[in-house]
Amino acid sequence: MKTYLPPKFIIERDQYRCTQCQACVSQCSFDANYYDAGDDEVRSREENCVGCHRCVVFCPTNAITVRENPSSYRRNESWTHEAIEDIIKQSETGGMLLTGMGTDKGYPIFWDHLLLNASQVTNPSIDPLREPMELTTYLGQKPDMVKLTPDSMDIETEITNQIKLDIPIMLTAMSYGAISLNTQKSLARAATEAGTLWNTGEGGLHPSLRKYANNMVAQVASGRFGVHSEYLNMARVVEIKIGQGAKPGIGGHLPGEKVSLDVSATRMIPQGTDALSPAPQHDIYSIEDLSQLIYALKEATNYTKPISVKIAAVHNSAAIASGMVRAGADIIVLDGLRGSTGATPKIIRDNVGIPIELALAAVDERLRKEGIRNKASVVVAGGIRNSGDVTKAIALGADAVYIGTAALVALGCHVCQQCHTGKCAWGICTTNVGLTKRINPNIGTRRLTNLLNSWSLEIKDMLGGMGINAIESLRGNRLHLRGVGLSDTELKILGVRAAGS
Amino acid sequence: MKNTGEKKKLSSTQVNASGMTTRELSCTLREIVADGSERIEIHNTCGQRYIGTGLGAVQLDIYGIPGNDLGAFMDGAEITVHGNAQDGCGNTMNAGKIIIHGNAGDILGLSARGGKVFVKGNVGYRTGIHMKEYYEQKPVMVIGGTAQDFFGEYMAGGILVLLGLNLQEGERQKANFIGTGMHGGIIYVRGKVEAFQLGKELGTADLNEEDYDVLRKIINEFASYFGDDAQEILKCQFTKLYPLYLRPYGKLYAY
Repeated sequence: MKTYLPPKFIIERDQYRCTQCQACVSQCSFDANYYDAGDDEVRSREENCVGCHRCVVFCPTNAITVRENPSSYRRNESWTHEAIEDIIKQSETGGMLLTGMGTDKGYPIFWDHLLLNASQVTNPSIDPLREPMELTTYLGQKPDMVKLTPDSMDIETEITNQIKLDIPIMLTAMSYGAISLNTQKSLARAATEAGTLWNTGEGGLHPSLRKYANNMVAQVASGRFGVHSEYLNMARVVEIKIGQGAKPGIGGHLPGEKVSLDVSATRMIPQGTDALSPAPQHDIYSIEDLSQLIYALKEATNYTKPISVKIAAVHNSAAIASGMVRAGADIIVLDGLRGSTGATPKIIRDNVGIPIELALAAVDERLRKEGIRNKASVVVAGGIRNSGDVTKAIALGADAVYIGTAALVALGCHVCQQCHTGKCAWGICTTNVGLTKRINPNIGTRRLTNLLNSWSLEIKDMLGGMGINAIESLRGNRLHLRGVGLSDTELKILGVRAAGS
Repeated sequence: MKNTGEKKKLSSTQVNASGMTTRELSCTLREIVADGSERIEIHNTCGQRYIGTGLGAVQLDIYGIPGNDLGAFMDGAEITVHGNAQDGCGNTMNAGKIIIHGNAGDILGLSARGGKVFVKGNVGYRTGIHMKEYYEQKPVMVIGGTAQDFFGEYMAGGILVLLGLNLQEGERQKANFIGTGMHGGIIYVRGKVEAFQLGKELGTADLNEEDYDVLRKIINEFASYFGDDAQEILKCQFTKLYPLYLRPYGKLYAY
């Protein structure tokens, strides 16, 4: 069938600069550049270009420009390019449209409507260059009150397992199979070096990453891939995955062709079969059932690990979160509408869930009102792009954040949304042996620790500016936030006052 | 050490679970195992969950009714239940054995990757859901009685055997939607099962010699626990159910 789809991108090659070296040909994993030996000329198949910029970055003479195809349809506010092209794709395939990363739709980003405070005159700001600044964060259940022995001032109250993070930023769940082993190794090493946690995702643990288990969150999802007693006991935290922001309410299908020998060993399933994660966990149909699994995992780890429960941010998140805490979760994770994925039906990614800012504010508020906020830490994920977002999230009530896309961008990802194809030219979201070599774990680790270090410095600067010297003092301190360009209802849900008031 | 051929006597301990909470019982069991006991008899069990979880290779004899998630994440224990078991028995089991001299509830052996489960009586819904296998780890579950719907749903590996020994002559199996979404493993069903009872991803076949070799061993073991006559069980017609596709949902997507 002839496709009616126009090329999404135009590849322009400056013939004056191009030396016909074919770097672009070897770098493109989508077959968008080729060498015509007869004409001794490098050319492009623009219909294959996904706009990942691998060739642009690797062209030694900067000869290549990739830009969106400027040719336009007749202007129509309803029938956009995307609406038309999605229908063309479906009429040519008959399947659900798959995509990767988080939604690219223009839903409001509330971080960009929230502003932080700074000290002026009436209380002094603190200079983080000369004074100690504390970003240390402890995750886990906190007691209702702490009792001290009067004489020795020892803590009498029994404190349950606390996870100490040097920075309130963790690296989110990305499974081996979805991402390459070198990518996961970079994440694991960077988390270990930076004093934070990385997350296995639902793919089990590769033997070569066991040495990073002390900084690992072991995920237990509906497929239970690679989940066994040793895996659970090696981890620092065990996380039950109920949902994901990019695909709330649905399961995951890792296609059989991605289940290589190595991936099969980690997931503990036969090579070449689909790794199907059912939509629900079949032992959880209620809050009571969730509690049963939480305690099953506590039993399996002899009560030595905090249990985290991750849900997608949806309409009734606040009520669900209350149930999760009462079910015994030590950490609850909310993954917002803009959360990313290695593969999801586009229609789900772009239409289901709620923005993380609103979910966080609602959950924090609900848990406080019910007097159970101390019983679990709250971690948010899904669309954290910079240290400003992190700081605002903490002021809004989060204990820590998870980053995923930001970490992958640090490794080279250009957010071209082709994760589901397994052809990632940057070697991140693929198990193709040739491509995975493009991530060097030494360099990857450095890029990630650099990112975490820069964000830490920035957060300290923002805290200092507010006259705060410990991130604990900002947590849930919404008076340090003001809203701009928000409706009264939005301000009310966020629990912040309008800028100027 | 020289093998003298004598059967080693296991150090055995008795526990009265009457009035104990789940946590109290599990702590007690952990202590007993830490003290070197290899066999534990638990009496007056009444709904305590997770028995056998996190204990390692120990023998447990349970009298009374164990609660949900019996042997969840189990890794090598051998449990005999002298009565009925409830939901979630053998949840995500990695290795070990569970023998139930009664009925079991829903989602028996959910996501199990290894080990064996033998149930004398009937089981509830979604037995063996998402059971899988990995090299030598190949879970086996045998149900002496009948099962409810979605038997072997989403199954990705291992062997399920449904005997229906309590069915009348010519009566068909009770379960519908058998093997819905199945993409690995094998189900053997004894007696009558109609096409409409099967998930659409399944193929049916008569058993060949290899199947009978596998089945004979399994049935012999089953019969040895419950005092049945293996030959008698094997006389009846069996149907083999197998997944038609490794990738039942491979064609759902445009790209």
